[in-house]
Amino acid sequence: MHHSAERSLSTYLTGFALAVVLTAIPFALVWGGLLTGPAVYVVIAVAAVIQVVVHLVFFLHMNFKSTPGENLFFLGFAAVLICIMVGGSLWIMMDLHHRMM
Amino acid sequence: MSETALNSELLEHEEKKSLESREFGFWVYLMTDAVIFALLFASYVVLSKNSAAGPTSRDLFDLGHTAGETALLLLSSLTFGLATIAMTSDQAGRVVQWLFVTLILGLGFLAMEMLEFHGMIAQGAGPGTSGFLSAFFTLVGTHGLHVAFGAIGICVVIGQVLVKGLTLPVRSRLVRLGLFWHFLDIVWIGIFSVVYLPGVM
Repeated sequence: MHHSAERSLSTYLTGFALAVVLTAIPFALVWGGLLTGPAVYVVIAVAAVIQVVVHLVFFLHMNFKSTPGENLFFLGFAAVLICIMVGGSLWIMMDLHHRMM
Repeated sequence: MSETALNSELLEHEEKKSLESREFGFWVYLMTDAVIFALLFASYVVLSKNSAAGPTSRDLFDLGHTAGETALLLLSSLTFGLATIAMTSDQAGRVVQWLFVTLILGLGFLAMEMLEFHGMIAQGAGPGTSGFLSAFFTLVGTHGLHVAFGAIGICVVIGQVLVKGLTLPVRSRLVRLGLFWHFLDIVWIGIFSVVYLPGVM
């Protein structure tokens, strides 16, 4: 009991430290103007995606062993739905924007 | 005697099962909420350049302020985690303490957001000014509203831990509220990465 509590404290602290680093990188880049152009967007996007995964694993305790399969299934389903709806909307609107120019 | 013991064991088993299915239901709700936020993000990205000759994101956003909000929300995620750990080791007093710290951090976040919105509206950059600002206030405001409901939830759970103690249903509520709170922090990652950081470049 005590051991598992200790382990989950270190889990939260690891997640927190990773989240701080992954937040500091994009903020520092934008604040200091260290990078310009599309590279900044790539760094921001990659840091954000990694941080979402960090939160899912270290704070929401998602994994392939103890998390029920239905929960993972719904997470995947939501991800697919989001990709179709957000990707589709942006595709259509950017195309429209391009043709209206 | 042994029959009542068996019955209470059965009851507890049933209760655990029903609470597990509630946790799954709450997870499904969170996923639908994620879809709502994703579509609000898409609307914001489409409208973010339509400032209608009014103030643009570069004039309005203050990265220091956003960093402060991010720090408060991230810390509150950690303190909620500490409350969950206290729950697993049956320390009701600790649970209440950490939930209280989480509540203060959450309210601090809301106060900073209110200050930001108030400042923008006072500058004439309210939600009615342009498409960009409508989308901004809808997206960030929806997140703020969720945080406000989470804060109410924390007050309720603090009250329940104090009155009822760490019973099985109270533990389950604490776990579900934790899912909600951590989920809001995930949405905030999206907000600073999509709205604030590209907005000031």
